[in-house]
Amino acid sequence: MAGETIRAGIVGIGTYAPEQILTNFDLTKTLETSDEWIYSRSGIRERRIAADHEATSDQALIACQRALEDAGVLPEEVDLIITATNTPDMLFPATACLVQDRLGATQAGAFDLLAGCTGFIYGGVVGAQFISAGTAKTVLVVGAETMSRVINWKDRNTCVLFGDGAGAVVLRQVPHDRGILSSMLGSDGSGGKFLDMPAGGSRLPVSSETIAQELNYLHMNGREVFKFAVRAMENGAVEVLRRAGLTNDDVDFLVPHQANIRIIEYAAKKMKLPMERVAVNVDRYGNTSTASVPLALEEALKGGKIKDGDNVVLIGFGAGLTWAGLLIKWYDAKKQG
Amino acid sequence: MADIFDRVKDIIVEQLGVEPEDVKPEASFVDDLGADSLDIVELVMALEEAFDLQIPDEDAEKIHKVGEAVQYVLDHQ
Repeated sequence: MAGETIRAGIVGIGTYAPEQILTNFDLTKTLETSDEWIYSRSGIRERRIAADHEATSDQALIACQRALEDAGVLPEEVDLIITATNTPDMLFPATACLVQDRLGATQAGAFDLLAGCTGFIYGGVVGAQFISAGTAKTVLVVGAETMSRVINWKDRNTCVLFGDGAGAVVLRQVPHDRGILSSMLGSDGSGGKFLDMPAGGSRLPVSSETIAQELNYLHMNGREVFKFAVRAMENGAVEVLRRAGLTNDDVDFLVPHQANIRIIEYAAKKMKLPMERVAVNVDRYGNTSTASVPLALEEALKGGKIKDGDNVVLIGFGAGLTWAGLLIKWYDAKKQG
Repeated sequence: MADIFDRVKDIIVEQLGVEPEDVKPEASFVDDLGADSLDIVELVMALEEAFDLQIPDEDAEKIHKVGEAVQYVLDHQ
């Protein structure tokens, strides 16, 4: 049939989490805080911390290798690598290029994408366009973060919330009744000041002054970000469903960005979605920014919570401010054989 | 006034999971109703939606007691 759209879907997934676990109890040794305080306000018990020799590209590389293996795809078959990260190895070259080289993806274009914690979903939306347009057959989207290097370990309001990790997916064409049904991208730069790292760019280059003022660290207004986050989650979900002609009742499984259990529960309640159908792993990883959605998605898949044909909604929100959503009619490549 | 108080009270009961008889004008959200900082953010959001308000952070920080929340709604309706 003429005009039949090429539908993109996830055909492989891989993740990586550093070995070292930092528990809330560990944090009480250097901070005035408690396991109860952190857990009741965030749902976090522990997070992973990258080893001294590990940077973002090291984590991204392993996640990409595992995703390609899961998809049965060779590095040379990759047409495009999109690396979503807020903590690149360095300002340039792009972390995506460091990954491309070490992966041996000799035929691939590669770039970084910056959209706060929403970066992975933004990357998925962008990558899917290349598949649907027919300009790429295989796209690798990876979210990877070394948040432990940009948080202020003396600020108990933020440092307890974040963790390190990486997750990657392989996008390819899937059967026309499966794959990405709809997507949305949102931004509101007026709220950029609520979650930022002010120094280290062209506005405020690193200087002894910026260091003394602790401007080289992540800063967050928790109350404002919380309010934004729950509304962004609801808006993103409603919007992708509307665009596909579906409603809340059609959602089989929700994979939200893992920032805070209270945000997830509040949004799930508003969507009237029971928590059994919502991915949660913030208790064990904290907020891994762009890595959180693929880490939570892989866990749900391994746990058998998502099956072929399910309507799965992925929602992200974060610095920018940005938010985005993907609605996927799940395609189980292995089941289809 | 009574009507607004009752509507605010209903929202507080729902959001904080407290008994209606404990929601008195002089009750402190944190000390008497057991709310933490995020409970208060959620409560502020529920009030914003119920009364079609925008409550800026600097105003929200000054709301500590039930009566102050009611007064805020009355002043900004």
